[in-house]
Amino acid sequence: MTAALSGVAFRYLPIVILAVLWQMASEFGWVSTAVLPPLSSVFEAGWGLITSDDFWVNAGASLYRGGVGLLLAIVIGAALGIGMAWWRPVRALLSPIVEIFYPLPKSALIPVTALWLGFGDASKILLIFLGCMLPVTIGAFNGARGSERTLVWSARSLGAGRLRTLWDVVVPSAMPELLNGVRTALALSWVLLVASELIVARAGLGYLIGFMGDGGNYDGMFAVVLFVALLGFIADRLYQMAMQRALRWRE
Amino acid sequence: MAVNGAQIVIDRLSHMYRPPHGKPVLAVDDVSLAVGEREFLALLGPSGCGKSTLLYLLGGFLPTETGSITVDGKPITGPGPDRGIVFQHFALFPWKTVRANVMYGLKRAGLPRDEQEKRAQAFIDLVGLHGFEESYPSQLSGGMKQRTAIARTLAIDPEILLMDEPFGALDAQTRSLMQTELLSIWERSPKTVIFVTHDVQEAVYLARRIAVMSARPGRIKAIIETNFDRRDPHLFKSKPFVDKVDEIWDLVRAEAIKAQGTRST
Ligand SMILES: Nc1ncnc2c1ncn2[C@@H]1O[C@H](COP(=O)(O)OP(=O)(O)OP(=O)(O)O)[C@@H](O)[C@H]1O
Ligand SMILES: [Mg+2]
Repeated sequence: MTAALSGVAFRYLPIVILAVLWQMASEFGWVSTAVLPPLSSVFEAGWGLITSDDFWVNAGASLYRGGVGLLLAIVIGAALGIGMAWWRPVRALLSPIVEIFYPLPKSALIPVTALWLGFGDASKILLIFLGCMLPVTIGAFNGARGSERTLVWSARSLGAGRLRTLWDVVVPSAMPELLNGVRTALALSWVLLVASELIVARAGLGYLIGFMGDGGNYDGMFAVVLFVALLGFIADRLYQMAMQRALRWRE
Repeated sequence: MAVNGAQIVIDRLSHMYRPPHGKPVLAVDDVSLAVGEREFLALLGPSGCGKSTLLYLLGGFLPTETGSITVDGKPITGPGPDRGIVFQHFALFPWKTVRANVMYGLKRAGLPRDEQEKRAQAFIDLVGLHGFEESYPSQLSGGMKQRTAIARTLAIDPEILLMDEPFGALDAQTRSLMQTELLSIWERSPKTVIFVTHDVQEAVYLARRIAVMSARPGRIKAIIETNFDRRDPHLFKSKPFVDKVDEIWDLVRAEAIKAQGTRST
């Protein structure tokens, strides 16, 4: 246990060094505190924030939008990708659309969804749904396409019907690539969420960053930026742990 | 050939693979064969002659385009649990444990849960995998995977058993144990078995009839009947048995040399 802990401590040592350098930079006047406020005051401001209700209202708004948008992207994206792999007409219909929209920088959709649905939750959810769906679709499609034909045949000759086989063989075969697609989507959702809130919103963590920046509260602004980074990091670690568990059958 | 009363009738069957890139491959060419109910037939032939393809057609996994296959007089329209198959490369579900793999067909058959478990355990024990029930296929050796695949197929007790080199990955001792086990299962609950193998001695020991296929495109080159007393402990050393194995070896070898020849040209 202690060995594991010291392992973790060692691994994140560079972060600690970075933090110390940050503090020293303002302490010794290497950079102006107007550009980079001392880490200690950022922490202080951060403490003030997380003990205020206002902050959690904004954090809640962000998590709600991100969560709903991502959930829709995963469910619908996975269904489309697997459908494309399993039914030729679906593939013929959707693959050109996927190919054209995949390289589109998703942030270009920010003004579009704002135009359609305004400044509130709905436009953010739609944005994250549209922006995050394609990596999931493509992961699911590639994974499902790669399912071994003898596995499909095994299920069929053991008495499974076509739909049953889709669920029992094609979906689990697609899982490794599908879950990788979801990981990309997770990172992308965070980027899109904060960017869109920064530009067009009246609530959310991105909005808070912009609001504090405009108001000259740089300590608070940096605190929210750090909080956003930490949240993204935790989400990714948790996701990776869940993914490893789900795929423990692979050696 | 006893076409009347035969359970499986293959009539002038051909199969052409048409890969999306590359030229078409004629894998099975004009094969006609009748297999009686509860018969144990072995299929021998050089690598690449179309043995697996023939089993896939019988399984209903590949569509019958030229010729016909009927089972009990009805043409095959797709896969079904009446025809169990053990694939050459096992085809275990990698995300399921040994137990879950063996239970899969029983679940599909709608057996009650405790019945599924009891039956799966019996077949896991039969193939000597007791203690590995909770292992995933990636944690098993090739021979253990093969035995899991055999258990999974035997557990659903299919009327027709299609086996594609089912003992190919086993060591000599396990192979001999499994051969005896298969024979005793077959004697206890007789079923039609089509058994693909490279091992002539195995074919002569297990089967009552042996079909030898030619080099690709696969045709039936010869059909040989055998009938040895399998209970004879000295069978493998007896002169008639050894002569039969030699005779068939010569046939297979001639085809294997032909297969080599066509490959190098
Ligand atoms: N999906 C495929 N596409 C194209 N050609 C194929 C395909 N599958 C098999 N073939 C070709 O068909 C021929 C017969 O293959 P098959 O697997 O039936 O042979 P086999 O007798 O089972 O060989 P082995 O003893 O090595 O298992 C081979 O020449 C092979 O190259
Ligand atoms: Mg084969």
